[in-house]
Amino acid sequence: MKNKEPIILLVVIFFTLVTYYLVEPFAHSQMHKHVESEGFEYADLPAMTKTGDAAKGQELVMNAGCAGCHSIEVAGMPAPMDAVMAAGAYGVNPPDLSNAGAVFDPKFLADLIKNPAHALKVEHKYDPAAGKMHPMVAFYGMGGDIDQEVADMVAYLQSIAVKKEELTPKVAFETACGRCHAVGYEEWTQIGEKPKFKHEKDSLAFDIKVIDYQDSLMKYMGKLPPDLSMYIRSRGEHYISTFVENPQNQLHGTAMPRVGVTPHSMEKVIEYLEDAGDTKRHEREAIGKNVMIYIIIFAIFALLWKKQVWRDLH
Amino acid sequence: MKENSRRGFMGKAFGAVAGVGAIGSLVAMKKTWDPLPSVKAAGFTTLDMSIYQEGVMVTEKWRGKPIFVLKQTAEMLANAKKNPKDIERLVEVDGSHYMVCIGLCTHLGCIPAFREAKNDFKCACHGGEFTASGNVQKVPPPRGFDIPPFKIDGGKLVLGEVGPEWQSMKDNGVTL
Amino acid sequence: MAHFTKATSVKDWLNQRLAVEKLEKVMASEYWIPKNINFLWAMGMVLVITFVLLLVSGIFLLMYYVPTTAEAFNSVNYTIMREVDFGWLWRHVHGVAASVVFLIIYIHMFTGIYYGSYKKGREMIWISGMLLFVAFSAEAFSGYMLPWGQMSYWAGMVITNLFSGGSLHADGLVEWIRGDYVPAQAFLGRFFMLHVLLIPVAILGLIGLHFGALRIPHVNNQDGEEIDFDAEAKKYLDGDKAGSKVMRFANDFMSKDMMVVGVYLVFFFYLVFYNYGFAMDPVNFDPADGLKTPTHIYPEWYFLWSYEILRPFNIDLGLILFAFAQVIFVLLPFLDRSPNAIPANRRGKAFAIWFWLMLANMIVLTAMGKLPPAGIFSQIGLVSAILFVVQWIALPFITAREKKV
Repeated sequence: MKNKEPIILLVVIFFTLVTYYLVEPFAHSQMHKHVESEGFEYADLPAMTKTGDAAKGQELVMNAGCAGCHSIEVAGMPAPMDAVMAAGAYGVNPPDLSNAGAVFDPKFLADLIKNPAHALKVEHKYDPAAGKMHPMVAFYGMGGDIDQEVADMVAYLQSIAVKKEELTPKVAFETACGRCHAVGYEEWTQIGEKPKFKHEKDSLAFDIKVIDYQDSLMKYMGKLPPDLSMYIRSRGEHYISTFVENPQNQLHGTAMPRVGVTPHSMEKVIEYLEDAGDTKRHEREAIGKNVMIYIIIFAIFALLWKKQVWRDLH
Repeated sequence: MKENSRRGFMGKAFGAVAGVGAIGSLVAMKKTWDPLPSVKAAGFTTLDMSIYQEGVMVTEKWRGKPIFVLKQTAEMLANAKKNPKDIERLVEVDGSHYMVCIGLCTHLGCIPAFREAKNDFKCACHGGEFTASGNVQKVPPPRGFDIPPFKIDGGKLVLGEVGPEWQSMKDNGVTL
Repeated sequence: MAHFTKATSVKDWLNQRLAVEKLEKVMASEYWIPKNINFLWAMGMVLVITFVLLLVSGIFLLMYYVPTTAEAFNSVNYTIMREVDFGWLWRHVHGVAASVVFLIIYIHMFTGIYYGSYKKGREMIWISGMLLFVAFSAEAFSGYMLPWGQMSYWAGMVITNLFSGGSLHADGLVEWIRGDYVPAQAFLGRFFMLHVLLIPVAILGLIGLHFGALRIPHVNNQDGEEIDFDAEAKKYLDGDKAGSKVMRFANDFMSKDMMVVGVYLVFFFYLVFYNYGFAMDPVNFDPADGLKTPTHIYPEWYFLWSYEILRPFNIDLGLILFAFAQVIFVLLPFLDRSPNAIPANRRGKAFAIWFWLMLANMIVLTAMGKLPPAGIFSQIGLVSAILFVVQWIALPFITAREKKV
């Protein structure tokens, strides 16, 4: 009698794969718009034509009044007010600039200094003609060549920031995302990491500060930006990176600004989110390999046993 | 024979008694699955309509959802009267007109904000806008705010109960 | 009164009290299985193994899971996934097994249909099997509620809404099932109870029934051949192992079962470690939010075909057809009027076409159930749903005309 098992197996595999293809890759390609990454090149922003001088940049940053809103902790400049008050005044706490030069693209920083709403791609929310100004005041120049001045300021920010190889996932995340998004699973709140308090009262006082901050943020953004703890599983790496690269591409009209990260800092942000939402991924890969080796050995032994038992049956 | 039929009868009688017990316990089980009194009490929200002031938007809560209540000013009402789609959405209690809606954008469920200067609602998520009577003024929202089931009870509005006014709104496709 | 003698050994002691030798014969060594079968006959054992995986992983998840709306999501995604050692493994095994078990059930079902294994005294095997399918569906649905993510919440909302009966507006019934106006604590609590106690107990009972129903008529074979089990068994026991048409369940068939299980487990663990996304929907990693509807709401893949039968019609007709789709498979042994209990390809063209069309159409329905209901997809869905119903209505007529072969 002819052995039909191989053909039966092929039929089963065929129908299984067709079903899988239709309900997974195909259905998802129909449900979600596919957005390709543009490599974080920010092609719409003008290229930097001037080479900046960090020393001049430092002077400019002092004189242009940046420190009126921003802290630069590494340069010994503290924040003019605490995060909660700042959010009350501006909607969101203006970022500390210590590592801006490492996390953000220089071209983006240059455009941001000159025209914040443009670089951030939130011009649909801010219309100077209607009196709706972006909370960050644009820099109109100190009298010299504005492009040179901006290049100097960017050079200064780059000079004080951590080296590329020293940029940790945590710093990248906090600088780029952490003032709007909480990550509960990493104890991160919009006003910083929640410390361990000895007394319940202090813990509650901290929570109230977070809520006050979130209230201001909610007014500013329209709704509270989501906690990102599980985003690596709910959205996946591709969606998150392309969203961050240009939020308008994925969700037209969204209040989320383009944040202008470099590809390297994007990787770091993803790593941070993986640590939060897919913490055991390394263990999964390591154990997975061992289990696969074991289970193949298991299958081979089962096969040999069957062969032996069936020898007498034919 | 007689003996047998009596035995058969007692068996059936015992079965019947056991059945009564089973049905009785089913009643208890059914009742245990019922919504709790606290849940039921939270399902109906009574609004005293006399406390609202014209042109002041108040957010109430009903079954976990925000409810926008906006007593219409003379100007809003005049605007609404120009458009049958607007006026049919308003609830009339004691001679005053109110917008009573579930305060969720019908696009993706964000909670729009009331803009006093323009007397309208704007959803910050995707820029949808609604008029003071809850109709769509600017897309993407597919339809105006949904109106919760209500019943007019004198000067009060009971949310969660279906009254004739709401039923006719639903029948006419004013709300889902 | 039974007479007990002093036991000569542990086995004898047990034998006098539990008849273990007899039991072993009935359940294993003299449970005769036809030799003329292929690996599809091992799907039962594959299902048993998958069920054991679900049970074991479920036990460990249960130790840390917290069935409250405030804590459920975090107890799964933080406590189990981050803190509990190997918690992630139990969760992935549980999630993937819950999905794969349906793939095997469908293969098992279509094997039964193809080889006519629901006929000639095997009706109860089919019926108990379909009851198991229903119980597994309920188990899968109730389990899907427990992580309390967006899909849990909204699937719970949409599926419980079905009980309003469309135009009947039985909102009271829906609220009774939920214990609230919307899925909330009462809802999560009762589905937790169903998932970890009531339905598993029902499943264990039904598995007993399913196995029992199989023991007396014996399993079918590849050619629908009627075998004289007593005569063939005698042949085997007399030493003509190769000449007999039957073999022992253990170890003869069991060794083949285990070989198939071995191959299956390679596939299974590949999914657990490297391709689990299909079984753990990304949307369910967003915490439940009653104020925000996900853009697309769809059930897990194994419910899609019946969901699609519901969708293209107006709510009342949709519900009627949905109910039809749920019960119609149970009635298969009575709808098939054919005198033949042989493989589909030898029963004449009509039934062979019916079988392959049914299989293909259910795959089409499954695909359309997930795709957004717009344009060409909703039209294909409509045609497929109508075809499904027509095929079942036509079945008694097609099979009644079949000639005995």
